[in-house]
Amino acid sequence: MTTLDINGREHTLDVATGTPLLWALRDTLGLTGTKFGCGAALCGACTVHLDGQAVRSCITPISAAAGKKITTIEAATDGGDRIGTAVRDAWVKHDVAQCGYCQSGQIMSATAFLKSLPKGKQPTPDEIDAAMAGNLCRCGTYARIRAAIADAARTIA
Amino acid sequence: MTTRIENVSRRDFLKAGAGLTLGLVLPGADAALAAAAKDSQGMEAAFAPNAFVRIGADNRVTVIAKHLEMGQGTYTGLATLVAEELDANWAQVVVEGAPADAKRYNNLLWGPSQGTGGSTAIANSFEQLRHAGASARAMLVQAAAARWKVPAGEIRVKAGVVSHAKSGRKASFGELAEAAAKQAVPQDVRLKDPKDFTLIGRHVPRKDSVEKTTGRALFTQDVKLPGMLVAVVAHPPRFGATVRTVDERAARAVPGVLRVVRIPQGVAVLARDYWTAKKGRDALQIDWDDSAAYRGSSAQILADYRKLAATPGLVARRDGDTDKALAEGAQALEAEYAFPYLAHAPMEPLNCVMRIDAQGCEVWNGEQFQTGDQYTLAAFFGLKPEQVKLNMLFAGGSFGRRANPAADYVLETAHIVKAIRGEAPVKLVWSREDDMRAGYYRPLYLHRLRAALDAQGKPLAWAQRVVGQSILAGTPFEAGMVKDGIDATSVEGAANLPYAIPNLQVELHTTSKDVKVPVLWWRSVGSTHTAFAAEVFLDELATAAGADPVAYRLDLLGAHPRHAGVLKLAADKAGWSRPLAPGKTGRRGRGVAVHESFNTFVAQVVEVTVAPDGGFTVDRVVCAVDCGIAVNPDVIRAQMEGGIGFGLAAALSGAITLKDGVVEQSNFHDYPILRIDQMPRVEVHIVRSAAKPTGVGEPGVPPLAPALVNALFAATGKRIRTLPIGEQLKA
Repeated sequence: MTTLDINGREHTLDVATGTPLLWALRDTLGLTGTKFGCGAALCGACTVHLDGQAVRSCITPISAAAGKKITTIEAATDGGDRIGTAVRDAWVKHDVAQCGYCQSGQIMSATAFLKSLPKGKQPTPDEIDAAMAGNLCRCGTYARIRAAIADAARTIA
Repeated sequence: MTTRIENVSRRDFLKAGAGLTLGLVLPGADAALAAAAKDSQGMEAAFAPNAFVRIGADNRVTVIAKHLEMGQGTYTGLATLVAEELDANWAQVVVEGAPADAKRYNNLLWGPSQGTGGSTAIANSFEQLRHAGASARAMLVQAAAARWKVPAGEIRVKAGVVSHAKSGRKASFGELAEAAAKQAVPQDVRLKDPKDFTLIGRHVPRKDSVEKTTGRALFTQDVKLPGMLVAVVAHPPRFGATVRTVDERAARAVPGVLRVVRIPQGVAVLARDYWTAKKGRDALQIDWDDSAAYRGSSAQILADYRKLAATPGLVARRDGDTDKALAEGAQALEAEYAFPYLAHAPMEPLNCVMRIDAQGCEVWNGEQFQTGDQYTLAAFFGLKPEQVKLNMLFAGGSFGRRANPAADYVLETAHIVKAIRGEAPVKLVWSREDDMRAGYYRPLYLHRLRAALDAQGKPLAWAQRVVGQSILAGTPFEAGMVKDGIDATSVEGAANLPYAIPNLQVELHTTSKDVKVPVLWWRSVGSTHTAFAAEVFLDELATAAGADPVAYRLDLLGAHPRHAGVLKLAADKAGWSRPLAPGKTGRRGRGVAVHESFNTFVAQVVEVTVAPDGGFTVDRVVCAVDCGIAVNPDVIRAQMEGGIGFGLAAALSGAITLKDGVVEQSNFHDYPILRIDQMPRVEVHIVRSAAKPTGVGEPGVPPLAPALVNALFAATGKRIRTLPIGEQLKA
């Protein structure tokens, strides 16, 4: 049994401790907003926050997530988090998503990045690219991701 | 009978009642027709005048989309067409995917088949869906006229409000829906004059943005049915190999592994969840029988193609006398261009959910080719096609992969369902490695080109030979699209070269009988290679002639004003006539290409900076597109941006290679796709047009690679003739 703190609620799971957090979220708990893309931390589709840090849940065993606060796309964009809400609204305003499959991971990386900035700091284009370089989008929505992050940064300033 | 998806977050979402819903409650196979008359909340719709629109008493307008939303924005586009003629308020419109029913939902450009591809969604739906909206509008107006006892001609409809100025009466669609359902369906409706459009040509928000931004969008990967098992399959390492023996003991010893079954595609391991099934799959000990396997290597295939390219092929186009003109020219040129196999690599690895019972088979899938999959499954299970119910979910990308005439992964799921005698619903999940290695690639091609220029540098002759596998051979499309041995998709973009060259010959060698690598269309199909060969070789001709690449092209495009139009627009917006600003970190270069695919015309100007070590950056791409009437300009821009990114990834580093029949790539580390820090600044300019709309999902891809290679030549004097570019400038 492993107890996980997910989106502010405790869940006790009866799955092997080596199971990646991704599959515990998706298959055990039904939190399917976090996506499976590569299974090897190469694409970022599975990005969640562990104590506020963006991590790849596909290679994070649940044993490593126990005792930490896990945040997924469902909570980050539910309106309860100021920065997550700004990112969500900017994503919608710019119609970033095409197929949409990678966007949960993009948004989780973008949100963690903006939270990591000193208050009021506006990220440069190079900083945005560096922060987002681990999140792949096959549809090529990158120009809009850049615009949405810059927009969200202005909103929260 | 209904089947509930158990997904917790979906349930919460529906309670919130927001956004576009693909349906938490999924109707069973026996309820397919009844479902068509229900709104997206599963309620009976008050007014369902045709197959494409339903209006509920709750004032919700549901547009039924017959095409797969895989990112290209078709749900938004199709809804725009209906809403425009209905004069609906965009906010009241929701979209849901159509069931498989080719009688109502066939692709009008594919005859009796239902499916999505070839950038046809808006092109084939433009009038059909506008009629659907106009017809519903007329019935709402009739209902209002009857209720208010006023002439129908005095009634206005604007943004979802039906009103009569003289009497001051007004009503919502929802208030009129029940009465509208009792009106006669009009035989004849007049469509709007384009000058009166209020949605077409304007910016409307995408219909799928909110759910795709909040993790709520439902993909096949997210479906969970009661009792469902997840299947992970061990595929053979070589195409055509089969299982000789399998030792299942270690797999069965993995706690949670429930079934291990042999299927023609390999060995499937089933569990309640993916991770357990994958652990089981990875523990299988399989001895593969390679006696029928294909054992070719990319290098050998290319060498064989090179030999073939030296011999005449089947003639796809012949103008004038090319042999004679080649001998007579003042200047002769020759070049060979090589293209690797390419994987589609959509972000959502392939998957399919299926169950079967006494009534029939039901499938949840990013369904791109309903009619093909429906008939394939019907034949497999011994059912009538209408007993195969297909639920079309969002696809996390496809780029052609999910429309396979061989129905590969769908049939693989069916074999597993059959192997367990239908005892549980099955979700097949391919890992990324399966997705990369188990086939269906853009074929490897070789092009050999020769040309002769006259004394003024104008082309006198152009001879092109294309060598590669046929995509359509052995598929139901062969009858219509392979003529006299020539697969139209192998030579599209070559056989219709637009340039005025008096002696022009295009030949094809099809290698399908020798090369057994599974191949498929890949975003922009033949134009993925023909545009490169044509536009790079034309650049080589312009260089030999000492001519400006844009002026040289325009001089040869007199009979093709739409090619010329986008070329001029892109060149103008890119500032082609002015010198490029010098680079701080290296030599700069600018290249251009223009290409027509799927009746859409695109030109791109690419700017690069090449560092002294041969590394380079793509700084800016200026794109001009003529796709007729721009239904959703922002979606068009997004498709051009995305097409440029997709084309750039392939040009920079895309290659699937085989060695002794084994695919050498496995995941994104050795088959890299574009990263954000490689994405250039993109500007998209749309030609104003009154022509019928044509597609935009694919045509943004083809010009990018040739324009890039032409830009690199302008910067370095080095001509790349083999894709991907990789490290060639560093050599």
